[in-house]
Amino acid sequence: MNSRTDSEKAPKLGKTHCFRYGYSLPACRSYIWRHFLQFFSKIPMAPIISIRNLTKTYGNGFKALKGVNLEIEEGEILALLGPNGAGKTTLISIVCGLVNPSGGQVLVGGHDVVKDFRQTRAMIGLVPQELTTDQFETVWNTVTFSRGVHGKKEDPAHIERVLKDLSLWEKRDNMMRELSGGMKRRVMIAKALSYEPRILFLDEPTAGVDVNLRREMWQVVERLRQNGVTIILTTHYIEEAEEIADRVGVINGGELLLVEAKTALMKKLGRKELRLELTKPMAALPDALGTYNVALAENGGALIYEYQGEAEQGRIATLLGTLAAQGIEYRDLSTRQSSLEDIFVELVGQRA
Amino acid sequence: MNFEAIKSIYLFEMARMRRTLLQSVVSPVLTTSLYFIVFGTAIGSRIEQIDGISYGAFITPGLIMLSLLTQCIANGAIGIYFPKFTGTIYEILSAPIAMTEILLGYVGAAATKGLIIGLIILATASFFVDISIAHPVMMLVFLVLTAVTFSLAGFVIGIWAKNFEQLNIMPMLVVPPLTFLGGSFYSIDMLPPFWQTVSHFNPVLYLVSGFRWSFYEIADVNPAISLGMIGLFLVLCLSLVAWIFRTGYRLRS
Repeated sequence: MNSRTDSEKAPKLGKTHCFRYGYSLPACRSYIWRHFLQFFSKIPMAPIISIRNLTKTYGNGFKALKGVNLEIEEGEILALLGPNGAGKTTLISIVCGLVNPSGGQVLVGGHDVVKDFRQTRAMIGLVPQELTTDQFETVWNTVTFSRGVHGKKEDPAHIERVLKDLSLWEKRDNMMRELSGGMKRRVMIAKALSYEPRILFLDEPTAGVDVNLRREMWQVVERLRQNGVTIILTTHYIEEAEEIADRVGVINGGELLLVEAKTALMKKLGRKELRLELTKPMAALPDALGTYNVALAENGGALIYEYQGEAEQGRIATLLGTLAAQGIEYRDLSTRQSSLEDIFVELVGQRA
Repeated sequence: MNFEAIKSIYLFEMARMRRTLLQSVVSPVLTTSLYFIVFGTAIGSRIEQIDGISYGAFITPGLIMLSLLTQCIANGAIGIYFPKFTGTIYEILSAPIAMTEILLGYVGAAATKGLIIGLIILATASFFVDISIAHPVMMLVFLVLTAVTFSLAGFVIGIWAKNFEQLNIMPMLVVPPLTFLGGSFYSIDMLPPFWQTVSHFNPVLYLVSGFRWSFYEIADVNPAISLGMIGLFLVLCLSLVAWIFRTGYRLRS
């Protein structure tokens, strides 16, 4: 987990700001209080985002969302996976107030996103997919503007911290058009962090970003999570979800196919494969192996045993015992676990 | 009311004016000077006086109105159109601010710019001709009402426009003819009766006439009617804006 190393450094505790990203003291205090009360009252905390039966039909009749239900807990990282046009961006846009819903309801922190938009939007930071920036503005001005337009009092010290954390401090007086694509992406994130949101939406944060910057982004996400920020990201890099998400939602054709904890999902749907390279090729499987889910490959040169996650793991030992009893020798063995990608392709393929 | 947000939008827009100082301030001053040189000498030498006022002084209110209308519409339109065009509008639409606050920020800035330019032209004109202002308070009332109304109109155009072509239709193709034919450079008494009637359908006539009255107490139409007409345009623009905000027209799908 090389992406976690940086975040292990202890956050500096200042007088007025307690978290690394400079969340102000009152914000931290309310965060701690909420958790304190929740801990002692034993009442399950209400989800920070609750999406109920959400539908969206665009003017041209396109049904982008067909009744989505989703609850997001405070402090988690949720990855929404789906092919292009699956409805990921529409879903985010409705929560953030860019698109009006056709039906259903979205509650953020218990407030309706349409009726109580002031409360909900103040909590939400959005980093959109497109690199949309004011080309002729400086980095400093555009980030300061974001804070102001969200109704927060000016706080140059906070903006400075955000820019430094995103390695943008040196570029603060540069115009946006002078920046590279990766730098612009950072500015987009800085804009969203300038007003200290409790929830951060990252729409395809690492699209068109090089490997180094992608690693850096993941570190930023990890640090934010440690500050208690809830993060929802969409991606079609499954590797990304595998790396940083707590839970994974798969969306396709306007429907949420599943939402599950990443590890549970990989356990449940992930398949494992044991591969044995045989010393002597076999023409056919001996009868003794009939009870196992094995198959021959490479003209009898290899034996492949497929099993489902943990449930069947104990059988490997018995299988190997059977092989020894049968006098079947092997020179090498390897196991492989299906990735989130395999699971995703299977899921989306099934429904299509 | 999210005053912090209104202030941010307003200052952001005003900063753009400072960045484009040459285009937004120097160019209207130059244009006005040219009008005085060309109209003042070429036509002024033949007309000399209208209603006892020197020709140069007579056309000053019309020239201010011409710039005020063009600038307010153009600034009001570009202010909201540009974020729409670049996509940065996502930030304003996802911010905890109501449409009225967005409106106050953008229209406030556009009207301020228009007013500044109007006053600069007035100052420039005073170098060329003697200008007296009979009703300074009414002059400011006309100036502010016109600036706000046409910045609102610009805002509507900025939301409606789908490309730069549509954006420029009003300030480039509609405002100048209306201003030139609205008695900016002549008194409509000088026209044949038929064209006098036609002129009364030109909204700009009421603006110029009322504004000129506040300077010299001469008017083509009763100043009260002028004020009423500006009020009417203001209400019209406000209802259009209200409709846009209610329906989310071209802003939120």
